[in-house]
Amino acid sequence: MPQSNLKNIALTVNGKEYTAFVEPRMLLSDVLRDELGLTGTHVGCEHGICGACTVIMDGRPVRSCLVYGVQADQAEVSTVEGLADSDGGLHPLQEAFWEKHGLQCGFCTPGMLMSACHFLEQNPNPNREEIREGISGNLCRCTGYQNIVDAVELAAEMISKNKKCDDESSDLQVVQTGRKVNV
Amino acid sequence: MTIGTSVKRIEDPRLITGKGRYVGDIKLTDQCEAVIVRSPHAHANILRIDTEKAKQLPDVLMVMTGQDLPEDLSPIPMRLAPNEALTKALQFPLAKDKVRYVGEPVVLIVAKSRYKAEDAADLINVIYEPLTPITDVHTAIKSDTIVLHPEIGSNDLFLIHSKKGSVDEELKKCRYILEEDLYVQRHSGIPLETRGLLAVVEENKRLTVYGPTKVVHFNHQILATLLKKDSQDIRCIETDVGGGFGPRGEFYPEDYLIPYAALQLGRPVKWIEDRLEHMVATNHSREQKHHVVVGFDESGRIHALRDEIFVDTGAYIRTHGVTVPVLTQGMFPGPYDFHALEFITHVVATNKTPTGTYRGPGRFEGTFVRERIIDMVAKKLNLDPTVVRERNLIKPEQMPYSNGISALGQVVEYDSGDYPQILDIARSAMDWNHFAKRKALAAAEGKIIGLGFAMFVEKSGLGPWEFCEVEILENGELSCKTGLADVGQGVKTALAQICSDQLGIPYSNVTVIHGDTDVVEKGNGSFATRGTVVGGSAAWYASEALKKKLLQVAGDLMHLPDEDLDIKNQFIIQISSQQKLCPLDLIITECRKQGVELREKYTFSIDHMSYPYGIHAAEVAIDSETGKVKIEKYYIAYDIGRAINPLLVHGQLVGGMAQGLGGALFEELRYDESGQLITGSFMDYLIPSSMEVPEIEIEILENSPSPLNPLGVKGAGEGGTVAVAPAIANAIINALDKYQINITSLPIRPEVIRDAIIKGPVTNEEEQK
Repeated sequence: MPQSNLKNIALTVNGKEYTAFVEPRMLLSDVLRDELGLTGTHVGCEHGICGACTVIMDGRPVRSCLVYGVQADQAEVSTVEGLADSDGGLHPLQEAFWEKHGLQCGFCTPGMLMSACHFLEQNPNPNREEIREGISGNLCRCTGYQNIVDAVELAAEMISKNKKCDDESSDLQVVQTGRKVNV
Repeated sequence: MTIGTSVKRIEDPRLITGKGRYVGDIKLTDQCEAVIVRSPHAHANILRIDTEKAKQLPDVLMVMTGQDLPEDLSPIPMRLAPNEALTKALQFPLAKDKVRYVGEPVVLIVAKSRYKAEDAADLINVIYEPLTPITDVHTAIKSDTIVLHPEIGSNDLFLIHSKKGSVDEELKKCRYILEEDLYVQRHSGIPLETRGLLAVVEENKRLTVYGPTKVVHFNHQILATLLKKDSQDIRCIETDVGGGFGPRGEFYPEDYLIPYAALQLGRPVKWIEDRLEHMVATNHSREQKHHVVVGFDESGRIHALRDEIFVDTGAYIRTHGVTVPVLTQGMFPGPYDFHALEFITHVVATNKTPTGTYRGPGRFEGTFVRERIIDMVAKKLNLDPTVVRERNLIKPEQMPYSNGISALGQVVEYDSGDYPQILDIARSAMDWNHFAKRKALAAAEGKIIGLGFAMFVEKSGLGPWEFCEVEILENGELSCKTGLADVGQGVKTALAQICSDQLGIPYSNVTVIHGDTDVVEKGNGSFATRGTVVGGSAAWYASEALKKKLLQVAGDLMHLPDEDLDIKNQFIIQISSQQKLCPLDLIITECRKQGVELREKYTFSIDHMSYPYGIHAAEVAIDSETGKVKIEKYYIAYDIGRAINPLLVHGQLVGGMAQGLGGALFEELRYDESGQLITGSFMDYLIPSSMEVPEIEIEILENSPSPLNPLGVKGAGEGGTVAVAPAIANAIINALDKYQINITSLPIRPEVIRDAIIKGPVTNEEEQK
C-alpha cells in the first residue's frame, strides 16, 4: 500500500517553470492535468495505446499516461497549450486542422497535434503515406483520419512556405452542381 | 447563403488550443473522486461484502454497497421502445444479491483522490458463489438453462414478430430457395473519451451534474425520479463531449450513483471511467445471429424472405429497451421491394455486458445480412450482383413507399428516393463494366482483386419534436438555444448556418447554447441522426419568426409591405428591387425602442422519419499468403436531400466508414466460455488507425430532398457506417470467386481467407452446392 512519500519535482512546461509535490506513483498526465491545471492533455486509455495524452518531453513524444511525474523531474515538456503563440496566433497545424475539418469531438486532437508537430520536425515534407504512419500512434474515433492527413499535409506546406492559412479560404466554398455536392 | 456551404466550424478554436472543457477537466474546490468495484464474475451470487478495511483507510469518505441504496429505489427505466414485459429485467445501480456480467457495479467508493479511492478498492473483499455463465443465445434459450430474470421466466426475454404478405405461400412458388446462417459480432462505439460525471450540491441545496450528454433533458427527468427530487432542484450541464456514437450519454448506473453520493456527502464527487472499465461497463452493441430463408426466381427477383434473429442483449435491459431489435426488422428490407417478409426476433439475455445502440443500430447488422444474401443469390444464379440489386430495387415512382414493417412506433415509409440512379452512379464511379477485364489482367500478374457493392437505406429525423429559442442579444449576437446535444458532430455550426441563412447575419455571430437544463427550456437531444433534421427545422422556424418580427418593424418604418422585404448580409433589402434599404442594426435598435421582444421559440414536431439512402463500393486486393485485405478504392454515394454543410457531411461519412471498417475487419468484444471479456483493452480490441483506414471517395447527392421538413434535409450521421461490412465482404467473395469461401460472419478474419486460398480453387460441381 503506497503511503505518503511525496516528492518534489521541478519541470518546465511550455517554457514555464513549475514545481509540484507529488506521489511517486502519480502519472505525468495527472500531474499536468490535476497539479498544474493543464487540462488540454487528454487521457483516453491509460494504457499507452490511444495516444490522446501525447506530449513532447525533452524533444521526444511520450505517452504521458505511461510516464510518472517523477520521471519528468527536470524535464522540458510541451503540451497543446504551448502550440499557439503567446499572443494567441495559431500554430500552422492548428490552423490546418481547423481549415481541413481535422477534428470532430476534439478529444484526440491535442495528442494528435503534438505527434504531428514532432513528426513534421523530423520530416518537413512528407507524403500522405508517411503522414499516415507518422500519426498511426494516435487513435481518432471520429474523423477516419483522412482530414487529419489533409491537415498535416497543409500544415507542412504552410510551414515550408512560411505562410498562413487563407482565412475563410475560397477553396472551401462549395459549388452546388445540382445533383452532386462538391466538398 | 450559408446553407450548403462548407464553412469552418465554430466549435474548433477552443478544441485545437487545449481549451476544451470536457467533464474530466473541471475541478471544483473540495472535490473528491469515486471508483466503482465491479464484478469479476459473469454470473455469481454475492455471499458477503467486507468493506471495513476500506472504510478504515485515511481519506476514504464513503463505501456503499447495494444494501446501502434506498430500499424503494427503482431500476433504471427504458428511454426508447419501452415495454412493460421487460421491466423485470432492468438494472439497479448496484448489484444486490447477484451479479450477471463481468463489470456489473458492486461497490461505490469515494475518497479524496482517485488514487486513494483505488487503494480502498483493493481492500474490498467480496465473497462470490460462482454460477454457470451463459455466453451464447442458443444455450440461453434451452429449457434446462438457468433463467437470469426469473420474473420473466425465460432467457428468451421478448419476441418481436412482423409480417408482410405470406412468406410460406410465396416460397412455395419460388424455383430457388436459399437458407443461410449469418452472424454479426459484438462491438460498440468506444468513444475516445470515456464517460464521466461531476455532481455538486450548491449552496442553495440544488444539485448540479456536469457530464450528461446526448439526451440531457431526458436524463434530468430520470435522475429526478430516481432521487425522488423535484426536477427544479436539479441542473444538468453538458460539457464538451469526446464522441457519442450511441452508447455515450444514456442513463447508466453511475448516472444515479455519483449524484447520490454527492447528496450524501455534501461535497462535489467526480467519477471518470477508465478505459478498461469502459470496455465492460458501457453499452455493447450489434451481436445478432440471423437464420435467413429466401425464395427467388431465375431472374434474381426475390419474392420472399424470412429471418429468424437472435439478439444477444446481455444481462439486463438498458435504456434502449428493444430499439435495436425493432430497428433491425424495420430497416431490414433496405431499398428493395420484397413481396413477402417475415421477421421473428428473440431478445435473449446472457451473462454479458448489456447492450444498446451503436451508430446505425440494426442497420449495420441487417445491411450485412441482406447485402450478403443478394450477392449469394447472384452467385447461385451466376448473375451480376448489381443486376440482381437493380431487379429488386424500389422504383422512384413507388415513392413514398411503405415497406410493411414497423419501427419505433411507426410503419417504415420511405419519403423519397431514386435507388436505381444511385446504383448507376456507383457502378460508373467504380468502372464496374470494365472490372472483369481489370481483374483478369491483375490475375495474370498474380494479383487477386475484387469489387463489391452494398446498398442501404438509412433512417433519420426521429421525432416527436425538437425545440429552439433564438434571441438577438444586446451585443448584437444571436443566441440559439437548442434541445440538441453536442457530441462532437458539429451541430453548433450546422445550427448557426441555418439561423444565419434566415436572418442574413454571419454564422460566426451565432452562439449556440445546449445541454443546460436551467437555460434550455426543453429538448429531446441528439440521437438517431435527428439533430439537423428536427433541431435544424426548429432553428429554421424560430429564426423565421424572428425575421418576420424584424421585417414588420422595418416595413412599418419604411412604409413598405413586409412581404417585399428580406434580410441579406445584415441589410434590409427590398425583394422586388433587390435594393439595400437600411442596415439590420438600425431595425434592431428600432425594435428595442418600440419594446419589441427580439426572441422567438419554436417547437418543431414530426411524426415520420426521413430516409436517406446510398451505396458503398469497395475494391480490394487480397494477399494470397496472409489473407490480408487491402482496400484499393472505397466509394460512398449518399443522398441526404440537402447538405447544410457538405464538409461536415463528408466528415461524418468518412468517420462513419472508419467505424464500419472496424466492425467489418477488426473490432470484436469477444467473450470466453466463462463469460470473461477477452478483448477488454485497446491492445486486443482493435480500433482502426490511420494505417488501416483507406482514402475514401465520397459523393454527396441532393436528388431527393425530404418533403417532411422545410430544409429538405435527411440525416447524414450513420450512412458511412452501415454498409461497410457487406461491401468489403462482397468484394472479397468477388475476388475469391474461384475459391470455396462464403463470408457469413464478422469480423472477417484473414485466416478465413488464407485457409480458402490454401485449399485451392474449386471445381464447378463443388461450387454448385
